[in-house]
Amino acid sequence: MGMATSSAVSMQAWTCEKIFNAAHTPVSAGCLTAGADPKRNTSTMTMHVIPRTIVKAAAFIAALAPLALLAWNFQQGALGANPLSDITKETGIWTLRFIVLTLIVTPFRRLTGITEAARYRRMLGLFAFFYGTLHFTTYLWFDKFFDVHDILLDISKRPFITVGVASFVLLIPLALTSTKKMISRMGGKRWNLLHRLVYVAAAGGAVHYLWLVKVVARPQILYALAIASLLGYRAVGAVVRARKQPPAH
Amino acid sequence: MHKPESYGITSSDITSENDYRNRRVFMKQAAFAAAGVLAAPFLDRTSVLPAQDKNSWKPLHAGKYSTTEDTNSFNDMSTYNNFYEFGTDKSDPARYASTLKPSPWNVSIEGLVKKPGVYPLGDILKGQSMEDRIYRHRCVEGWSMVIPWLGFPLANLIAKVEPTSKAKYIQFVTLFAPDQMPGQKEGTLRWPYVEGLRMDEAMNPLTLLATGLYGKPLPNQNGAPLRLVVPWKYGFKSIKSIVAIKFIDYQPQNSWNMSAPNEYGFYSNVNPDVDHPRWSQAKERRLGEFFKRKTLMFNGYGDIVGSLYAGMDLRKNF
Repeated sequence: MGMATSSAVSMQAWTCEKIFNAAHTPVSAGCLTAGADPKRNTSTMTMHVIPRTIVKAAAFIAALAPLALLAWNFQQGALGANPLSDITKETGIWTLRFIVLTLIVTPFRRLTGITEAARYRRMLGLFAFFYGTLHFTTYLWFDKFFDVHDILLDISKRPFITVGVASFVLLIPLALTSTKKMISRMGGKRWNLLHRLVYVAAAGGAVHYLWLVKVVARPQILYALAIASLLGYRAVGAVVRARKQPPAH
Repeated sequence: MHKPESYGITSSDITSENDYRNRRVFMKQAAFAAAGVLAAPFLDRTSVLPAQDKNSWKPLHAGKYSTTEDTNSFNDMSTYNNFYEFGTDKSDPARYASTLKPSPWNVSIEGLVKKPGVYPLGDILKGQSMEDRIYRHRCVEGWSMVIPWLGFPLANLIAKVEPTSKAKYIQFVTLFAPDQMPGQKEGTLRWPYVEGLRMDEAMNPLTLLATGLYGKPLPNQNGAPLRLVVPWKYGFKSIKSIVAIKFIDYQPQNSWNMSAPNEYGFYSNVNPDVDHPRWSQAKERRLGEFFKRKTLMFNGYGDIVGSLYAGMDLRKNF
C-alpha cells in the first residue's frame, strides 16, 4: 500500500502543514490522518489500480505535449506568418495554465477528498516554471536579442514587462526549493511560507496578460477570474482559520 | 516638395541588394548556429514569396511610389490580420470573414462636397486607373510586411466628388453589420470602426483606395471590397471595408483613439522615436525575417510626406 512509504508520510506532513489544515472540515482533518482512516484508504487504493509511477509518467508526458506540438508545428511551417510571436504566446499561455493547475490542486484535494492529487502539485509547479523559462527566453532572444541595455530599459519602463519578469523571478526560488531535501532542510513551516510566493506570481501573471493586449477580451478576463477565485479561496480559508483560532496573548 | 525619383526613402535607408542578400546569408548562419536545426524551416521562409506567387504575378504599373523590396507572400497577408470585426486573434479574420458580403456594395459620399450621394461601388471605381503599389506596411504592434496593393489614389476620387473649400478633414466609416461581422457583437471597440485624415494627407499621392492584393480582388479579411492604404501611418489608420466617406471641417474621431486616447493618436504616423506607452516603436519584425529591423521615420516615406508635418510637435501629435 503506497501511502505507507516514508516519503509519502513526509509528503503528507508538509502538504498538511498549518496553512492547509484549515481546518476542521472532515476532509482536511482527514488529511493528517489519512493513513489511519480506513475509508480513505479504500478510496486511495482504488486510485492505485494503475501504479502511481505510470500515472506520473503519463502526466509528465502530457505536460510536455504542448511543447512537442509547438515544435512540430514550427518544424512544419504551420505556425502562421509570425511564428516567433506564436512561440512567445504559446509558452506564455502554458505558463499561466500550469500556474492555474498548480493552484487548483489544494482546493481540488480538499473538496473531493482525493489526497492523491497533492502528489502532482510539484510536477505542475515545475512545469509552470519550465514553460515560464521558455517564455522568458523567447523574450530575451527573439524580442531583445540579448541586448542587456534594451532589456533593462524595457523592464524599468514597461509595466507589463516589469510584472511579467517579476512574476517569473518569483518562481525561481520555488523551483530551486522544490526537492524533498530542501523541504526537510527548510522545515515545512518556512517552506510553506516561501512557497506562498506562487500566489504573488500567479496574480502577476494574470496582470501581465491583462496589460499586454491592446483590448482586454475574454481570454484575459477568464484567466484573471480563475486566478482571482483560486487566491480568494485561500484568503477566505485564512480568514476562517484566524476566526476559529483564539488570538494569541 | 518631394523628389519622386527617391521612392520616398533616403539613400541611406536603402539596403543595397548585395547587403540585403549578404545579411540574409549572415542571418541564416547566425541563427543556425544559435538555434540549430529547429530554426531551419523558419529560415527557409525568408525567401518570403512562395514560387506560385512569384510566377503568377507581375506588377501592372508598379510606378514610382513602389518599393523594390521583396514582397511578403499572399498567404502572410491573407492569414495574419487585425480586423476586430471578425475577432481579436490575427487568425480570426481569415477564419470568419467569409460571412462578409462585399457585393453589392455602396459607398456614401457625405458632407461638405458638391456631389454627395450613395454610390454603387462600380460608380466609385468608374474611370479610375488601377495600379499596383508595393508599399511597406507597419503595424502599431511592431511587425511589418511588404504588400502589393491594387488600387488608385484617393485624391482622384476626391477630385471627382468636389469637396467645398470648407472641407478640412475626411472621416471614413467601416460597414456595421453584426450578422456579417460577428466581432461587432463584442464590445472590443465601439462600432462601426471609424478613421480620419486631414485633407492634405488624403490628397497625398501615396494615399490609396485599394481594391486588391497581388492583382486579385481583396480577400474579405483584408477589407474587401474597398479599403484605405496610408503607408506612412500605422496599419490601423488604413481602414477596411469602407461604406462612407464624409467631408467635414473638424478633426474626426478614430476608433483606436476612442478606445485608448493615450496610446493611439489621430495622426499615428510611423515614428521610431515616439514609443507606444506599452512598447517600443524603434524596431519592427518584418514577417519572414528572424532579426528585427530599425523602423524608419514615416515608415521610410518621409521624402513624400514629411512636409505635411513641418513645424508640428510629433511627440504631442502622435
